[in-house]
Amino acid sequence: MNPSELWVAYATIVRKEAIRYLRVWSQTLLPPVVTMSLYFVIFGGFIGSQIAPINGYTYMEFIVPGLIMMSVIMSSFMHTVSSFYFAKFQKTLEEIMVSPTPYPVVIAGYVTGGVLRGMTIATLVMVVASFFTDVTMAHPGIMLLFALLTSVLFSMIGLLNGVFANSFDGISIVPNFVLTPLTYLGGVFYSITMLPPFWQSVSHGNPILYMVNGFRYGFLGVSDVSVTLAAGLLGSLTAGLFIYTWYLFKTGRGLRA
Amino acid sequence: MVSALSIKELKKTYGNGVVALKSVSLEVEEGDFFALLGPNGAGKTTLIGIVSGLVNKDSGEVKIGDLSIDEESAQAKLHVGVVPQEFNFGIFEKVENIVVDQAGYYGIPRKRALVAAEKYLKQLGLWEKRHEQARSLSGGMKRRLMIARGLVHEPKLLILDEPTAGVDIELRRDMWDFLRELNAAGVTIILTTHYLEEAEQLCRHVAIINQGEIVERGEIKTLLASMEEETFVFDLGSSVSTEGIAKLQPFRASVGDRSVELTLTKEHTLDKALLALHGLGLEVKSLRNKTNRLEEFFVQKTGKSNKS
Repeated sequence: MNPSELWVAYATIVRKEAIRYLRVWSQTLLPPVVTMSLYFVIFGGFIGSQIAPINGYTYMEFIVPGLIMMSVIMSSFMHTVSSFYFAKFQKTLEEIMVSPTPYPVVIAGYVTGGVLRGMTIATLVMVVASFFTDVTMAHPGIMLLFALLTSVLFSMIGLLNGVFANSFDGISIVPNFVLTPLTYLGGVFYSITMLPPFWQSVSHGNPILYMVNGFRYGFLGVSDVSVTLAAGLLGSLTAGLFIYTWYLFKTGRGLRA
Repeated sequence: MVSALSIKELKKTYGNGVVALKSVSLEVEEGDFFALLGPNGAGKTTLIGIVSGLVNKDSGEVKIGDLSIDEESAQAKLHVGVVPQEFNFGIFEKVENIVVDQAGYYGIPRKRALVAAEKYLKQLGLWEKRHEQARSLSGGMKRRLMIARGLVHEPKLLILDEPTAGVDIELRRDMWDFLRELNAAGVTIILTTHYLEEAEQLCRHVAIINQGEIVERGEIKTLLASMEEETFVFDLGSSVSTEGIAKLQPFRASVGDRSVELTLTKEHTLDKALLALHGLGLEVKSLRNKTNRLEEFFVQKTGKSNKS
């Protein structure tokens, strides 16, 4: 396929993925917005008003980037894992697999779908946050970079989960038992400087800490970790997972009998 | 001979130990209408899956035209259209979108894809349904939708895995006409079907696969001509007498009410059977094959009914 044909194939997958989540917006876009609004009201408003400023910012200002990032992580992951698993389950994936669309384009198409959903929700949550606090952006470029990198990474993880999953249980284990704990322990609601030294060290093993802090740096200009290290880590993980997913597609693991 | 599909020593064993293909070799000529027959579990769908890129082979070589599916996979796939046995489209998608999106996966821009989709949806009688969700279509319409989708990129080789399963007789005949026209236009067609009459009506060549092996292949006419025996049913003006039954035994007669089934061989020919019946004073009102001739051939080769 020549570049313009590759673009058509990529755009077809992306368009389909975008329609998929926009068509059922009440299931895909509304729930995270409602959940985050409750977080803002309860944690940011009711409880946060009783908490001392962190790094010079009110508790509401401090948790806004973390909550946006939490929505991005969950929605990007959920989009690709459900979309890809259902395509496998209903065999609609065969439509793509019999075509000459190269695997990297298929992967990029699905991941872009996840990123679009992640970015749509990030924007909606940011709009909701603006009703509760002044949303300032110290470094908009860095903010955007971390939002995009995180969304790409979790869309890719969702895709991988979809490749390996053989049942509906297989697509709920990772979000329930891996993503949720790591996100809650990834510095969304607190600065790790508030933890005892041992747990600070343990927290550094959690990749989500780097995403939340990199993103928070884009908003507030403060971070518990090196932003360069965080960006490097995210970029490396994304590149590594892309190559691994490509390998799985090529060998047919979880895709072809 | 130019091959549209060339398969050499293809082997496949699934992870659960089931040997689907032992060592299958097959050539399908360009422009042919080819039937791949076999009982359930014979390996037909595995073979089609490997050719279309949905199943990994263990070993062997598959070429679409002169393009290897291993080395020139994308180029090879451009020339193949697949119509699977099971419905594999999004049931909530609109009919037109299913076809247009499929064209997109082949790199065909939306404008051109819409034109191609219109052509095939009209030819297959689905144009009026183009804005409806696929789930609202009848079983026959869904099958035709998959044919339109398989053709939208104008493949040279179309593989149909039981395309008329569950389709009523009238629609089946319409689909046959459509496939004949397509073949006449130069598209090579490979068909698997449980309706052996369908294969006999449409196809020029046949391969019979059983337990992962090709047990017979060739031109349908030649194969049928080589049949060792054939059973005919003779509808008679009156019933055969007890004495008559004894005289018909060389034909392994099975007598019914005003009818008799006779098994004809190269030695015991139709001519001799008619003479024997006339000799008994019986009027032959009509005669017909007991089963479809290809079905009889199939059973002889596999020991199974194609519907098993």
